[in-house]
Amino acid sequence: MKRFIVSVLLIIICFLLQTTVFKGIAPGGIVPNLMIVLTASFGFMRGERTGLIIGFFCGFLADIFFGNVLGLNAMIYMYIGYANGKFNRIFFPEDIKLPLALILVSDLVYGFSYYVTLFLLRGRFHIRYYFLHVILPEVVYTILITLLLYPLVLWINKKLEESEERSARKFV
Amino acid sequence: MSPILKKKGEKFTLPGKYLLFILTLLCTGLIVITFNTNFLSAPISAVGGSVIVPLQEGISKAGSWLSTRSEELVQIRSLLQENEELKAQVDELTMENIRLQQDRYELTNLRELYELDAQYDEYHKIGARIIARDSGNWFHSFVINKGSEDGLQIDMNVMAGSGLVGRIVDVGPNWAKVMSIIDDNSNTSGMVLSTSENLVVCGDLELYADGVISFEKLIDSADRVVEGDKIVTSNISDKYLPGILIGYISTINMDSNNLTKSGLIIPAVDFEHLEEVLIITQLKQTVDN
Repeated sequence: MKRFIVSVLLIIICFLLQTTVFKGIAPGGIVPNLMIVLTASFGFMRGERTGLIIGFFCGFLADIFFGNVLGLNAMIYMYIGYANGKFNRIFFPEDIKLPLALILVSDLVYGFSYYVTLFLLRGRFHIRYYFLHVILPEVVYTILITLLLYPLVLWINKKLEESEERSARKFV
Repeated sequence: MSPILKKKGEKFTLPGKYLLFILTLLCTGLIVITFNTNFLSAPISAVGGSVIVPLQEGISKAGSWLSTRSEELVQIRSLLQENEELKAQVDELTMENIRLQQDRYELTNLRELYELDAQYDEYHKIGARIIARDSGNWFHSFVINKGSEDGLQIDMNVMAGSGLVGRIVDVGPNWAKVMSIIDDNSNTSGMVLSTSENLVVCGDLELYADGVISFEKLIDSADRVVEGDKIVTSNISDKYLPGILIGYISTINMDSNNLTKSGLIIPAVDFEHLEEVLIITQLKQTVDN
């Protein structure tokens, strides 16, 4: 229950930050993708199931407010969360290289799938331009923000796991 | 949270791949439904609006505070002081005052610009504040803090200052989503004011950074259209009311087919620094209504 409330709060806070504060201070008009950080980190920290659920809700929230069709972002985020869950087995909290690499790849995959579904299919073929001016800056900012946000998510997850263990022990 | 209940819960937990499969089907279904129809958007936007919008409104204020700070680094002190004074002034005014002020500003501006003032005056407008912008970097849509409870409807035109910003594409009870004319998937039917030639104004992501939008399909065999000409919304558009200023032509090129021309337009609205917009509460008359 506690985990559910904390997850919902995290998703909403990240979405709000991304659409308001970060849009206000965005350097060069590009915002980092906080929800990818959230989806990917819950994916490799908690497994594929949590990853895909968190991804689905992150994407759905983006769809309600900014999507052209409902469900597209939800689907992309969901698959990213699920794929990150596959790395749960080789994830160790002490190691930051794997999370960084996973989040980087996730954001790249997100950028490309968004480009393919919403731009390539409309006949916009300048992939080089889109890559250099949208996808790459977003990845760079996202990685920078990850260095701040990821330890926080990790810490929250650790606290939650501790409290879950405690309450589980209480009833044994 | 008894251990027995917990065990039961674990027994019924759906494995990840089945959940993925079910949700994929759900998403595909939703994409197909929302691509073709519109009936799902009302209940979902109501739910989103009641939870997210009040928070966005609050944080937006914090966001504009932060953006003022970041501008501080770039701008000259005197300019900033002036800016802050103006911002403080704006905050003090109520929504009603903003609307009236912008109306008056628009009126004087337009009287000087053209003889369209009578037409603009007839439209009833309400003001709204931008509370959130697109979560990604691909499109330039934004959310405003008025919705169907304030009388807004889909396809109402949105202006800022004296120029066209876009139109409403989604409405919740207390929020509305505006698609701007510089959006990559936006096409607006426009008209050269001096010669009444029609053209199509297209938003383009590749031109965001330069602050221009492109136009195409201008038929001008007599070469009467020149750089600097005003582009307004056309009479034949089925979404936009006629005669709203879009911008000024900055370059014109002949297309390779030697029949039509295309080029670039400098929009009349500064899309980078939009904070308040005006919504015209009148819809364009179409054949079926």
